[in-house]
Amino acid sequence: MIVENMEIVSQKNIASQVYELVLQGQELVSLAIQGQFLHVKVSEGTDPMLRRPISIASIDKDKNQLTVIYRAGGRGTNMLANKQVGDQVSVLGPLGNGFPVEATNAGEKAVLIGGGIGVPPLYELSMQLVAKGITVIHVLGFASSKDVFYEEKFTELGETYVATMDGTKGYHGTVIDVIKDKGISFDTIYSCGPTPMLKAIETTFPEERGFLSLEERMGCGIGACFACVCHVQNDPTGIAYKKICTDGPVFAIGEVEL
Amino acid sequence: MSRLNMELPGLSMRNPIMPASGCFGFGKEYAKFYNLEKLGAIAIKAATVETRFGNPTPRVAETSSGMLNAIGLQNPGLDSVLANELVWLEQYDVPIVANIAGTKTEDYIEVAERISKAKNVHAIELNISCPNVKEGGITFGTDPKVASELTKLVKEVSSVPVYVKLSPNVTDIVEMAVAVEEAGADGLAMINTLLGMRIDLRKRKPILANGSGGLSGPAIKPVAIRMIHQVSQVVSIPIIGMGGISSAEDVVEFFLAGASAVAVGTANFVDPFVCPTIIDELPGLLDELGVEHITELIGGSWK
Repeated sequence: MIVENMEIVSQKNIASQVYELVLQGQELVSLAIQGQFLHVKVSEGTDPMLRRPISIASIDKDKNQLTVIYRAGGRGTNMLANKQVGDQVSVLGPLGNGFPVEATNAGEKAVLIGGGIGVPPLYELSMQLVAKGITVIHVLGFASSKDVFYEEKFTELGETYVATMDGTKGYHGTVIDVIKDKGISFDTIYSCGPTPMLKAIETTFPEERGFLSLEERMGCGIGACFACVCHVQNDPTGIAYKKICTDGPVFAIGEVEL
Repeated sequence: MSRLNMELPGLSMRNPIMPASGCFGFGKEYAKFYNLEKLGAIAIKAATVETRFGNPTPRVAETSSGMLNAIGLQNPGLDSVLANELVWLEQYDVPIVANIAGTKTEDYIEVAERISKAKNVHAIELNISCPNVKEGGITFGTDPKVASELTKLVKEVSSVPVYVKLSPNVTDIVEMAVAVEEAGADGLAMINTLLGMRIDLRKRKPILANGSGGLSGPAIKPVAIRMIHQVSQVVSIPIIGMGGISSAEDVVEFFLAGASAVAVGTANFVDPFVCPTIIDELPGLLDELGVEHITELIGGSWK
């Protein structure tokens, strides 16, 4: 991990309040893998104070570019959305452990389950899995049709289902409903999204080989502040812990308390 | 670097900059960014007798130019700090300030006695001001009599000088400072975080799982400056100043208020290189201000 000033080479609004940002860098890009995140400084000064954790959606090592997708809504992310092509942003990263592509063998089938702003890190993961000869199935859940993004991009990589909670696009229901109703079979689950969705996945498929990417409010992003600590499952002492920023954000199903 | 060296009770520092306790873990994360020997000292995360998990999450919330936290003194416990963290830090030639906390007097005494014997611990920071734990912490730091009594007991067992970390969440911080000085404190560390709260508009509930938390960052700097300015003119023991420091200019302001060293906290989260950057920028600023040695600035704003 390093701190680098990266240049904005593209900034696009791709869904309701959702932006795709392409950053040009030097060294940082070469270190990044699927499922890791960046800690982005959205202003020059101290207001807002903290960096914003944003997951990496795709990595282009040839061009030295990273694409991130984030939802603007709070003050800090709105400031990021107002940045223009050519502006520089200070980026700390790449952070976190990333999704383990090696957990799935060539010829096997992986289901990638994304929820809302948890969808982006699955895109680079999907590309890496496909490159390894793994069949990918995407199940992407959103609140409504206005929130949907990257459907075509995922479709290019493999079978893709979109579900919306209000039924305005794709399947009406949850990602779990889609998997059950379509009878989707798989060898590995990879997922990122809101905690209730991750819990539902763990409850539905407790014995499956699977990896869940968690989200939490963070201070430092590098393991020093202990803000994003979570409990370990089946720990009788109650004091065993994992840091989401450095031990995660990706954990195996059954590893930590959701 | 001789323009920045600083001699304080127990602490022979190559510069007066240290990362603040709780904002630097036990140094391992930041050692990935730079050589820790660049620092004047390191104030490590609070140690308690027992292993502590801390508070439920969310534990941090952002504010204008600041941050609220309610970590809850999560730490691996005294035995592990002694056997693992402090031993790991021995590879660096840098004095360690051990922050100690507890829920009852006996806990403080045990931690102080044992941790002060560690070979790289050169001073204790007596944490009587953490606002984020239900028992102990701030309850020791708001009553001058209680703080004074605890300081005396810790001084009796400690093998190294004791700096008492004062809370700003009191009516009269001068009264607290005088009480712990009279009880034998070798120095003061001030200020700890200010109690604060933020509320989620949609959930209509406090953002922090703990409800309230400690406010840190540039937002609290004027409070720290005012309190250090008041206290430093009344006591004769040195003050390690902290509260929103993020630049060389901030360091000079704290010195002018009356601090003799500073600790940098929340700014480390924003820029992992903030401490070495400040250390590198200080000589240039001293030149600009016509100051040969940084000690010349201490109390420069007093009447």
